[in-house]
Amino acid sequence: MCGIAGVIHKKGPSDIGAEITRMLQAMKHRGPDSTGFALYGEPTDRVVMRIKLADPNAAAEIDFGERLERHRLELEARLGKVGALLDRIEIITEYACRVELDYEGDLKALVDYVEDIPGAEVLSIGHSLEIVKDLGDAVSVAEQYGLSSFRGTHAIGHVRMATESDVDIAGAHPYWAYPFADLAVVHNGQLTNYHQWRRRLEHLGHRFQSECDSEIIAVYLAEQLHNDIPLETAIKQSLDDFDGVFTYVVVTKDSLGVAKDVMAAKPLVLYESDDMVALASEEVAIRSLIDHEIDTYDPYEGEVLVWNR
Amino acid sequence: MEQVVGERKVRYDARGLVEPDAEIPKISEIDGDKAVFDASGLSIRRINLELRWLLAEVGARDIVVQNPGAKHSIGVGILQRCKIRFEGSLGYFGVGLIDGPEVTITGRVGWSVAENMMAGVVVVEKNAGSLAGAAIRGGDLVVKGDVGARTGIDQKGGTIISGGNAGMMTGFMMQRGRQIICGNVGKGLGDSMYDGVIYIGGKVASLGVDCIEAELTDDDREVLDRKLGYYGIEHPDTFRKFVCAKKLWNYDALEPSERKLVL
Repeated sequence: MCGIAGVIHKKGPSDIGAEITRMLQAMKHRGPDSTGFALYGEPTDRVVMRIKLADPNAAAEIDFGERLERHRLELEARLGKVGALLDRIEIITEYACRVELDYEGDLKALVDYVEDIPGAEVLSIGHSLEIVKDLGDAVSVAEQYGLSSFRGTHAIGHVRMATESDVDIAGAHPYWAYPFADLAVVHNGQLTNYHQWRRRLEHLGHRFQSECDSEIIAVYLAEQLHNDIPLETAIKQSLDDFDGVFTYVVVTKDSLGVAKDVMAAKPLVLYESDDMVALASEEVAIRSLIDHEIDTYDPYEGEVLVWNR
Repeated sequence: MEQVVGERKVRYDARGLVEPDAEIPKISEIDGDKAVFDASGLSIRRINLELRWLLAEVGARDIVVQNPGAKHSIGVGILQRCKIRFEGSLGYFGVGLIDGPEVTITGRVGWSVAENMMAGVVVVEKNAGSLAGAAIRGGDLVVKGDVGARTGIDQKGGTIISGGNAGMMTGFMMQRGRQIICGNVGKGLGDSMYDGVIYIGGKVASLGVDCIEAELTDDDREVLDRKLGYYGIEHPDTFRKFVCAKKLWNYDALEPSERKLVL
């Protein structure tokens, strides 16, 4: 089933970490397997990376602790070798870390080099975007990663009920668009022409981190933006290019966009005020943010909406 | 709650919303046959337990539920004649499977509101999600704002009214009954409908399979004026009528009542 949510503040930062956690926890019944967040903080000159050092499903293996330590040292060494100045490294859980770098070079080369460490995966990269995803419901993941203090202008999130692939971090949303920074997507639905698009995008030199159909949307949109197509046009085009049922939310450094599926099979409810926009698969998520009476509505099939912060 | 998944301990509670041991909150303010309670902070199950307790044991017949918070499956399966007013929004399957009540919802409702209603009145002051009035057999479902896609799917009787627009596949597979949409409708109106009648006040994006326009008669106009007037819905004077073309009627088995008509 899965549930998606997004919130954007039009007039400056807010406690979006806590807000999106509340929204996702209210929709826990749509997917208790894993929860993911894509959060946008104040843009900095530094490059922020969220990295998974090894597959936590292998945690039972006896040398797991040693391997993590080895991978962390290897990560630091490799960052040094590509000329990235490590400002800060935070070990958040035993297998997840967050690094801040001074780095001017090619992001693709950086990501490729880091992911060359066996089992390591770059969960997000950018000057503003941070993706956090793990197994469990929204509150437990947010606690584990200390998201309650995260301030920013916009965020999206996803609660997952795994149907087509394993319950693991690689299968959890949101997806970023390797190798484009600061773009993330959450998706509710199925894309039936996934393999065609994957081949097409692979021919253009893109690479995919997972077997999940939703990752296509992120890479597809990033490719369009890279070709200077405006976000709204790119989303509208995607409604023709993709087959299947899909409602998705996409975020970039400055914008939040949403596409409601043309078959009207996947839900979306929207609330907009002068200060903010909140949207989710279910109104109960929006109600968790706002304590007074509000007007909400369901966008119609094929509608595309974009807001800027 | 900790659970072991493979070799890892994962903290989450996968038991869902069942709550087999939930107790009736008994928090309502009761005055004769009137009752009011605040549903904020209560689980779905406890809100429904409170409603049932009020109707079955206290004998309340005029109930106000404050802050329903867009929770799902609230007020389902109520079979008494009574009045219930929800001050706020309901989630999915709100007041489904009812037979008799007069319900007012001051906010929006999610998918499948009043599905399978046998009799009664449900008035939604704002918008409704998709599948509003799915498979209803009787009663009036009145949404003053817009409704989503597939409104009245599999409708078998009763009346569905929208004061605004409706999405795609409105009246999909409807079998009997009546729909009145004051605004525009999306693609595939009345797709695969068996019977029944749909009135549209605005534009029709496209007709579905086996749906055709029919002549609007004085009888139709009287029905529209009465129904919409009763619920105080302003409406245009531009209604068109859509029915089943019956081109796909290739049945060899009829229901007993229909057989009597044919033979």
